[in-house]
Amino acid sequence: MIGLTHYLTVAAILFTIGVLGIFLNRRNVILMLMAIELILLAVNINLVAFSAYLGDLTGQVLAMFVLTVAAAEAAIGLAILVIFFRRRGSIAVDDANRMRG
Amino acid sequence: MIAAIAFYLFATLTIVPAIAVIFSRNPVHSVLWLILAFFNAAGLMLLMGAEFIAMLVVIVYVGAVAVLFLFVVMMLDIDFAQLRSGFTKNLPFGIIIAFVLAGEIGAALWSRQDGPAMSGRTIPPAGQPNIVALGQILYSRYLFPFEIAGLILLVAMIGAIVLTHRSRRDTRPQKVWKQIARRPGDAIRNTSPGVGEGMKL
Repeated sequence: MIGLTHYLTVAAILFTIGVLGIFLNRRNVILMLMAIELILLAVNINLVAFSAYLGDLTGQVLAMFVLTVAAAEAAIGLAILVIFFRRRGSIAVDDANRMRG
Repeated sequence: MIAAIAFYLFATLTIVPAIAVIFSRNPVHSVLWLILAFFNAAGLMLLMGAEFIAMLVVIVYVGAVAVLFLFVVMMLDIDFAQLRSGFTKNLPFGIIIAFVLAGEIGAALWSRQDGPAMSGRTIPPAGQPNIVALGQILYSRYLFPFEIAGLILLVAMIGAIVLTHRSRRDTRPQKVWKQIARRPGDAIRNTSPGVGEGMKL
């Protein structure tokens, strides 16, 4: 029988993969943004799972807002990435210290 | 039985592409794996009875976000092999962090039974479709947050346009206002030159 715990486990694994992706691809911003999308997807699965478990639609409304914020974040993040690339000619973020003092 | 098979299918096909996203050498492949993961996460949400969120995941994530990623990956001329140079250096630390985090989440999941009693609640059977119920709650109780969400999207749109817009000085565009402001009197002159004199410009 598939219960809440199964869905929460899937979401937990997905969340951990997202965090691992951020830690592994420290130089590649595009992959970091994709890992953030994975994390937000895990959060959405959690919200929907609890919504279905409790019979309360609030979780799904919240999942929709998370989706909105994820879309906005991806748009702004990629725009910043594009202008960063235009300025520097690379997207390696570990030497992005131009704003330092 | 069929629900269990569907769950394990969707769960596997969500997690394996997610691993492929972060370990793939080519970012284009990463985006394509991400799309597969999103589709199967939508399947998971369908299994939970959240049809609207599932369709929203397909439309927003696959249709908008993933395509945006694909465009940016393809349009930037980047040496991605050079970007992966820190990968093996970060691997041990990243694995440790991942295991600590997974352990924490697992502990939280496992200790859920000791928390406030949520499980004893009986769920009333759904009297109406998921989309109808969600629409009714969204446009009544959550109307204000819904409007704020729209505002966030507007701000993101304007912000992205303002950030990436550049006025290029090396082009010679058409000056429409100048063309419209031009009158026949400025451009045309009626003369009647005498024979053999020709036109004086």
